[in-house]
Amino acid sequence: MAQASSQAKSAANNPVGSGSGAKTQFGYRRHADQDRSATDIAAHPVVVVGAGPVGLSFAIDLAQRGHNVVLLDDADRIGEGSRAICFSKRSLEYWDRLGVGDRMVDKGVVWSVGRIFHGPSELYQFNLLPEQGHKRPAFINLQQFYAEAYLVDRVEQLPAISLRWRNKVMALEQRNDGVLVSIATPEGPYRLHAAYVIACDGARSALRQMVGAEFAGQAFEDQFLIADVKMSAEFPTERWFWFDPPFHAGRSALLHKQPDDVWRIDLQLRPDADPTAEKRPEKVRPRIARMLGHDKFEFEWISLYKFQCRRMDRFIHGRVIFAGDAAHQVSPFGARGANSGLEDAENLSWKLDRVLRRLSPESLLESYHIERSTAADENIRESTRSTDFMAPNTQQEARLRKAVLALASETEFGKRMVNGGRLSVPTVYDSPLSMPDSDAWRGGPRPGMSMYDAPIDGRYLTDAFIEQGKRFTCLAFDNASALEAPDGLGVIRIGGKGGFADRDHLAASRYDAEPGTTYLLRPDGYVAARFRHPTPAALDAALSRAAGLN
Amino acid sequence: MTLSTSSNFAKPDDAFRAIVEAHRGLSDAQSADLDATLVLILANHIGDIAVLHEAIALAKRRVIDAQQQQQQQQ
Repeated sequence: MAQASSQAKSAANNPVGSGSGAKTQFGYRRHADQDRSATDIAAHPVVVVGAGPVGLSFAIDLAQRGHNVVLLDDADRIGEGSRAICFSKRSLEYWDRLGVGDRMVDKGVVWSVGRIFHGPSELYQFNLLPEQGHKRPAFINLQQFYAEAYLVDRVEQLPAISLRWRNKVMALEQRNDGVLVSIATPEGPYRLHAAYVIACDGARSALRQMVGAEFAGQAFEDQFLIADVKMSAEFPTERWFWFDPPFHAGRSALLHKQPDDVWRIDLQLRPDADPTAEKRPEKVRPRIARMLGHDKFEFEWISLYKFQCRRMDRFIHGRVIFAGDAAHQVSPFGARGANSGLEDAENLSWKLDRVLRRLSPESLLESYHIERSTAADENIRESTRSTDFMAPNTQQEARLRKAVLALASETEFGKRMVNGGRLSVPTVYDSPLSMPDSDAWRGGPRPGMSMYDAPIDGRYLTDAFIEQGKRFTCLAFDNASALEAPDGLGVIRIGGKGGFADRDHLAASRYDAEPGTTYLLRPDGYVAARFRHPTPAALDAALSRAAGLN
Repeated sequence: MTLSTSSNFAKPDDAFRAIVEAHRGLSDAQSADLDATLVLILANHIGDIAVLHEAIALAKRRVIDAQQQQQQQQ
């Protein structure tokens, strides 16, 4: 565990007590911007609001691209308790690019297998990453506060980020060239001018209200009890999901391991359950004891909640851009909250970088709204289906679910219809930035899909991509001499003379590559275009389109 | 592929009879369970979402039309 740089500053405030090694308490510090007069307020290119996983990751990304970032948070500590726990392969690959992937994976619980039970018996199991040759696993489980603590440590290594705790945004005033941001601090208010404000201030976003945006969608009636319990147990590191288990008749249950011998338990309760009573430890304890078959555990966290699935109509309001839970909210079955927020951050940061550098027109940002609102729709659709399956709305829905569960014990198609949560995978973009295929392909990621990892020369393609500096990059197979990449473009050569060896032929097979095959990757690792035999003109055209230049 | 509405069974009465007899002796709730299970099995066998949508649309249309006719007769 690489935690030398962080110390538990305040054990008393540490949500998991001593030994977690993560700093979670921070102090307010006055900034020179607060001493400026009303006629001479400080101007910044980017102000990010909300130091959660999305805001922190976005700030790091943009700082690594050479921009100064002000990051504001109204609290002075990392929120405790149980929030996101499942971080996806794509999120880990993103965090690798931000320099924090190893710490997350070292601390996290790696998993890829899930089991679904009905009553006392197992219906089936699934493996989310059944193949070898990927740097990162399908998922890790990690308490959100660890993820945030590691991201804050990374922020502190980057002088380009000014992280200001207990800075609460009170008002926004849109201007033609940016936004005037009014901020309250323990020492009084001050104002900043930001060319762009990125709102990552969570599901109850104050900034969303400030721009007057609606946040409409569907609310679910069933309540869910979340308990994080500490115990030593021999359960495997798998995601276990029950429909109608013997210990919790008629409802669903989830068991999932986190670091530090903490287990996430999620029990579905009736819509009319009394939230105050149900949260009391003396009420929760027998429920959990029935599930585990013993009561040798301690509570780390208990909460009761109802889901909402909803999103903003537009993610961009003038110069204020929304990301993560502030822009969209899903139910938790599928790990689509934090992971989709991180995808937002990565999608937006390279685009904003290009716009700030005047390499691309401001209209490139519109593709952030197009791509990520489509992703939000998909995530809402998937998580709504899961929630509806767990909590059927009508008698007939319940009847159909019963039929699916009955069929699942005997048929493969029945198993695949059982919906105990469909876990987050990168969204496929039907995007104006993609160049549609004009050659014939039998496989490989098509334009609008996220790159696949593969082993090359004993390392990984995702690492080689990071070494290219997260810019537009050509992935060129077996054509070392044929391709003349345009200026500023990264090149990863695989096979052929001077290319990475593809010993097991995994890279070529995952990309359906033949000699000459070339993929154009966007800075966020999405495929912009692909060619069997690229010409400079074709590459140029694809690059222009992906950069929003036409 | 589109939904086939021409008669596909050599002996349609046999098919209708088989379904009727499957429900014999069942309560309304059991019958509804049987129908739901049967629908899922047959939908998967068809395995074509466009055909399924067409079948659903046809069924809904007929159910609504039949209801309206009934109301007019009353």
